[in-house]
Amino acid sequence: MTASITVSQDPGVQYLLRIGDTCLVLAQRLGEWCGHAPAVEEDIALSNMALDLVGQARAVLTRAGELEAANGGELHDEDQLAFLREERDFRNCTLVELPRGDFAVTVLRNFVVAVFLRLLWQRLGASSDTELAAIAGKAVKEARYHQAHAADWVVRLGDGTAESAARMRAALALLWPYTAELFEADAVDNAAAAAGMGPRWSELRDEWHAEVCAVLEEAGLAPPADRAFRSTGKLGWHSEHFGFLLAEMQHLQRSFEGGVW
Amino acid sequence: MSADVDVAFDLAGRIERAWQVLDGVLDPEVPVVSVRDLGIVRDVQADADGGGLTIVVTPTYSGCPATEVIAESIVSALDAAGLGPTQVRMQRAPAWTSDWISAAGRRQLREYGIAPPGPADLSQGAPLRFVRGASAAPLACPRCESLDTERLAAFGATACKALWRCRACGEPFEHFKPI
Repeated sequence: MTASITVSQDPGVQYLLRIGDTCLVLAQRLGEWCGHAPAVEEDIALSNMALDLVGQARAVLTRAGELEAANGGELHDEDQLAFLREERDFRNCTLVELPRGDFAVTVLRNFVVAVFLRLLWQRLGASSDTELAAIAGKAVKEARYHQAHAADWVVRLGDGTAESAARMRAALALLWPYTAELFEADAVDNAAAAAGMGPRWSELRDEWHAEVCAVLEEAGLAPPADRAFRSTGKLGWHSEHFGFLLAEMQHLQRSFEGGVW
Repeated sequence: MSADVDVAFDLAGRIERAWQVLDGVLDPEVPVVSVRDLGIVRDVQADADGGGLTIVVTPTYSGCPATEVIAESIVSALDAAGLGPTQVRMQRAPAWTSDWISAAGRRQLREYGIAPPGPADLSQGAPLRFVRGASAAPLACPRCESLDTERLAAFGATACKALWRCRACGEPFEHFKPI
């Protein structure tokens, strides 16, 4: 089996890993729908979004590897970072690693994450890291499409039949507690903000909340009350589901080192 | 002196020839529009010492799987024309916009059955919704030009396209998304 790599604790690298891993892991979950979505149009849409997210993750992980090398660390490429890190070294928020669930869970998660990423990419367009700003300039356009598509589904299901509305309420109850993690500021955020690399994610909270709640209201849904629960994927402490996802995602590279198409 | 002039002329000539070759390199997903008309070739640079060419290319979408194929097609076309060695450099900023598709490219898209994109600026300002509240400009059917069309799916067979249908002629068609 191919040996694992470890990555720098440099806050700039960690900040980039949070973004890249969040895109990568959501892409992996969306990819699970390929061939299984309720209609062929949705199958294609989810695969398209997964493809955008993989592309964004590739760019951001490549940049994280370069930054690590620039800081005196070893140079890791996108594939090494995606396929050779262990669970604790992934920095995605827990929300994106949760099982794909039913279609209600999928579209609601897509929606809340797309709004968040769109707001983040918007701000990263002004990053002092010109490569990150360039990645964001492209990604923000894609996130707009993801948000629009997911918002339509949230309204369609929330304001649909008794069954679809019940599914959406269940999805909201399941996912909402995991959204709080997105906006928990810490030293990595502070360092990124101080360096002009990007915003503290907590700064995006009010705008995210307003946009999400406007759509929920249109869907006849209400956000659950906030709870003290905080997931910790960004810190490397993941849910019990994540190891299974990584095992599937990584096993080819782990078994056949450096294998390419 | 005259040698300098010849080198400069040759340099400009090689760049001009390279652009002409790129006119014949087609997008693998839309094999009627050249990479030049698609607006993804941003620059052609030639080494002053008579060495290689550098083609600056920008991707259409972050995850576009055609990006690598396009780079390979560009290198092999320029090599075949005797203009190599060629290298392709990917440049993300400024981000590609469908506004960079040329007038010829738009006509070729329409003739191929793909409705060309409207201005990207309009879509940037539009509400972030497709169904309710969204008042997208009517899209003409590329076959019969009727405006009595509807969108079937926001995402199509490739990242850059959406699926539409014409109510007048009954044919489905693709729309190159403004982005």
